[in-house]
Amino acid sequence: MDLTILSAKGIIILAVFGITLLIAMYSTYAERKVAAFLQDRIGPNRAGPWGLLQPVADAGKMFFKEDFIPSQASKWLFILGPCLAILTALMSSAVIPFGDTIRFSWDSKNYEVAVQAIEINIGVLYIFGVVSLGVYGIMVGGWASNNKFSLLGAIRAASQNISYEIALGLSLIAILMMTGSLSLRAIIDEQASFFEWNVFTQPLGFIIFLTCAFAECNRTPFDLPECETELVGGYHTEYSSMKLGFYLFSEYINMFVSSAFISALYFGGFHYPFMDLVGGALENSLGAVAGHNVATLIGVVVFFAKIFFFIFFFMWVRWTLPRFRYDQLMNLGWKTFIPLSILNVVITGAGLLFNFKYSTWLIAIVMIVLAVMSSARAPKRTVVPQQTV
Amino acid sequence: MTETITFFKTLTPTGYLFLALTALTLLSAISVVTARNPIYSVLGLIATFFCLSGHYILLNAQFLAAVNIIVYAGAIMVLFLFTIMFLNLRKEDEESKTNLTKMASVVVGGILMVMLITIFRAKSAQVPVVNATTFDAKTGLVENLGNLLYSDYILPFELASVLFLVAMVGAVMLGKREAGDRHF
Repeated sequence: MDLTILSAKGIIILAVFGITLLIAMYSTYAERKVAAFLQDRIGPNRAGPWGLLQPVADAGKMFFKEDFIPSQASKWLFILGPCLAILTALMSSAVIPFGDTIRFSWDSKNYEVAVQAIEINIGVLYIFGVVSLGVYGIMVGGWASNNKFSLLGAIRAASQNISYEIALGLSLIAILMMTGSLSLRAIIDEQASFFEWNVFTQPLGFIIFLTCAFAECNRTPFDLPECETELVGGYHTEYSSMKLGFYLFSEYINMFVSSAFISALYFGGFHYPFMDLVGGALENSLGAVAGHNVATLIGVVVFFAKIFFFIFFFMWVRWTLPRFRYDQLMNLGWKTFIPLSILNVVITGAGLLFNFKYSTWLIAIVMIVLAVMSSARAPKRTVVPQQTV
Repeated sequence: MTETITFFKTLTPTGYLFLALTALTLLSAISVVTARNPIYSVLGLIATFFCLSGHYILLNAQFLAAVNIIVYAGAIMVLFLFTIMFLNLRKEDEESKTNLTKMASVVVGGILMVMLITIFRAKSAQVPVVNATTFDAKTGLVENLGNLLYSDYILPFELASVLFLVAMVGAVMLGKREAGDRHF
């Protein structure tokens, strides 16, 4: 490979890494602001203008706290737990295509480099593999703490992740069938026109995928591994200082990566309506190199706007919905999502036989009709007039 | 001594990578057997699977490497760890360390070793040397694998999936709670 392409790739990899960390850092701030907004409070506003330095202050506090290791704990595994959690979280952003290509000339040669850390033809499998490893950090840390609450949290995390991974994978298979490729870039290129975004062709798959992403990130309403009403602090009960910080931080990185993955798989990635017109106009007015780069930049901005919307959605749900009970969680995963996603795969395959992309709307319509019917047949809630004292 | 030095000098970067990976694989595989604590054994086994995936990538089989990690390291080993965490690890389990079990494991392991040695020494099983000029770089990738599985190997592939289905139905049968069973 050319040295110029290698150094360009190196810059992109460093940028992706830095942006991931920065977004995760400010997600903690955004989470507190969103919570404050939804609960009609003000939120952090003391450190810096609008409280913008709050994440820095939090990180400083975390670093200077006492790093305590319980005496009966398995010391090396206790350290390994948060390391694994943050490692697997940071690995997954490597294959996400953040934009189209950048053109530049160097040493009188023309180059075209994709805005993506690494392009591999099994990108979807790579992310799936890394996600399935994410649970080790929680399990190892929870077991090594030598605390029953931590162990229960770790076991809950493991069974929850395994259960929801199946439905996650099955809802992905429908998309892979439509694209015929495991490369994320190929999946995004397939969704070039607005009405072929996978959210329109695969509405049911999108809902299943979104819910499973919540479960894989251990976010509310599926945050049973760290359910404080039952398990003190869950798997990180015994953790303190930056080890705890790494566990919390990896959750925010996972949230960012899942948002990026959802926007890439179902919302066309860096595509937006009338993208060809905008790109053509820019290339006409600014020239083939500068115009193309500006068009790529707009695509990247659009992609990040989608990602930020989904991060906000994660927070919105967290501060709106209560937690599931554990048996409800398992029933939802095994008895609802897995059969539904298998049905989704079958109907998608049948539709593809007749070259009809929107076949899964059939299931969606049937489900809406069933929901309306059951709500119509449900006993009416009678309003008891309040007694005035 | 000079022979080993010249051998190391003639190696390509891939060769060094292979040697390092092999050393890691053997180390982690040995740690699976020698670790006193079952949790360390399982973690060693996970490390072994990762090293094996590295070998698959060196052999140009990306799909196999990814699937190995997803299925073995990501799902089956999580279940292993899950089960071992439930066991009471503080008590030494003396039952599994009688002389009979040790003898049985030595015999089984020895038979496996003899089998592997005979397989690798058989003339018919010698791996043909790959010609670098005519080698198709897409050999181990998903498309070729899919085409092979659904054309030449369709019968074994379908039989294997039926086998999995039977195993799953069996697991559901065993796990089903019958009328008189107590609730946990």
